[in-house]
Amino acid sequence: MLRGAGYRVLGPRVQDAVVGFGEVGRIEELTPGLRESQAPGRYRLDAAADGRWFGWTVGPQALKPLLFPPREVLWRSVRDAAGGLRFEPPQEAAPAVAVFGVRACDLAALALLDAHFLGGPAPDQGYAARRERLLTVGVDCARSAPTCFCVSTGDGPMLVSGYDIGLAELDDGLLVWPGTADGAAIVDRLPLDEALPDQLAEAAEAGNRAAASQQRRLPSRHLARALFASLDHPRWRQVGARCLACGNCTAVCPTCFCHAARSEPSLAAAAEQVREWDSCFSAEHSLLHGHPLRPDAAARYRQWLTHKLGGWHAQYGRSGCVGCGRCLTWCPVGIDLVAEAGAIVGDDSDD
Amino acid sequence: MICTLRLAFDDCPAAEPYAFTPGQFHMVYLHPVGEVALSIVSDPLDHHFFDHTVRPVGRVSEGLVRLHPGDRVGIRGPFGRGWPLDAARGRDLLLLTGGLGCAPVVSVIRYVLRRRADYGRLVILQGVRHADDLIWRAQYEAWGRAPATEVLLAADVAGHDWPWAEGPVVDLLDHVSLDPRRTLALLCGPELMIEAAIAVLRGRGLPDDAIWLNLERNMHCGIGHCGHCQVGPRFVCTDGPVFRYDEIADLLGVRGF
Repeated sequence: MLRGAGYRVLGPRVQDAVVGFGEVGRIEELTPGLRESQAPGRYRLDAAADGRWFGWTVGPQALKPLLFPPREVLWRSVRDAAGGLRFEPPQEAAPAVAVFGVRACDLAALALLDAHFLGGPAPDQGYAARRERLLTVGVDCARSAPTCFCVSTGDGPMLVSGYDIGLAELDDGLLVWPGTADGAAIVDRLPLDEALPDQLAEAAEAGNRAAASQQRRLPSRHLARALFASLDHPRWRQVGARCLACGNCTAVCPTCFCHAARSEPSLAAAAEQVREWDSCFSAEHSLLHGHPLRPDAAARYRQWLTHKLGGWHAQYGRSGCVGCGRCLTWCPVGIDLVAEAGAIVGDDSDD
Repeated sequence: MICTLRLAFDDCPAAEPYAFTPGQFHMVYLHPVGEVALSIVSDPLDHHFFDHTVRPVGRVSEGLVRLHPGDRVGIRGPFGRGWPLDAARGRDLLLLTGGLGCAPVVSVIRYVLRRRADYGRLVILQGVRHADDLIWRAQYEAWGRAPATEVLLAADVAGHDWPWAEGPVVDLLDHVSLDPRRTLALLCGPELMIEAAIAVLRGRGLPDDAIWLNLERNMHCGIGHCGHCQVGPRFVCTDGPVFRYDEIADLLGVRGF
């Protein structure tokens, strides 16, 4: 039905031994029983006997690459024979995309990316075009990974807001409900039975169990003051000694938005201005007069954490962390953001 | 070789007013090399052109200083927040700069001299590392002859034919009288110099909200999206590059920010 409505449909597919959002032609292409185990520095796909469609939690990427691609042409500069320059927008039109299996944390991150790329005086046109044509089919998490801490950030594990269509998976079937008018236009055309009270209770219990099972929690949702008051804490030096400054955390973070822009010349008269994901863990990120302002991993980790959990409050009205735990899982040395934040601020939070 | 590019739009109606404030900047694109952030040094009243002073320090600026008359570049902007020149009307201005021709402050000097009656005393303190580094020597001498304008120069290394002071530019403050109730200080240059100047100015009774400074950071977009220029929760490209001291005091001088 979504494809009939003109959507390119993405859903959970196994890609490179992880669950990602991939092209789904027919429902039979989805693999039931996908489940993963996660821990700091560890991700393994397992098979679950229960045959659930959404038994997995989060793969390495949320919606970020769909709206803010790792590489994107911003504009083309064309020089004519007389030396004049003409600037052209990129050619490709954004297709309508529907994504199945989006989690509450992914939707919280989407709202933050919206605030960053669309909320200011110069909205990003490529992002806006893709966002306009995105339909999200969210699903309540019925289990949490050991790396999940969305309860402490207030973003999950059950859907809160930002989805077009909501789903909750039951032992036998799915609950379906609309979240927006676009979602309702689809849901209204589905042959659905009214949900029974027992089914609603089963979904609520599963969400509550997933919430209660989370072991990690940030000390507070308001750490700006505490972090900026701890810039000399010895822990920065310690975590800097472990950190490889590889940038995996910023690549998998669903809200990290830094990007570098550069011109790609060609032998023809045109050059493309390209942007690519950048990371505050790279030396180039803080270059000033040829030297990095943040020469070592300790300074870069401090930049990342004070921004993610601190600076975002003043910029976007809330923390930049949605509790998805991806930065723990995909850190090659297993640095645990929750543990680092806890060690640095102790109980010294704003609330 | 430092040079000033004078640019005019070739795709905008001449009548269309192009508004900016001294201290704001453009992203200047050199085909097909890339973009660089450059402060606008000309006066907003000059609608038919604008100027950028360029020091060749990277691939784009090396190319920009080699341009010929009639060559084309791309312009995005103006971006950022400039100097508070409206609020400064009627006040004394103390400009303290260090380094090679601090473009964001040169634009202020020209702006004030063109509207001389709107402002009080103008004190220009400029420091360079070596006496030979001072560009536009004749220009500084000319500024010094303008009404109610004082120019004091300092070189860390004076050399011969240097009639001015030897030592840090901040030490020039000892030779300047200033009325803390009617003075605005505008600072531009290396951050260590800015911090030292702020300490002296506060000691002289200048309130924190009368001290303004220009910050330089890595910039790729100019519109608060790329993330490179952040200082704590502030984007230098949109919240600055000109900051009032009390807006940035918490992180100014903290290594790594």
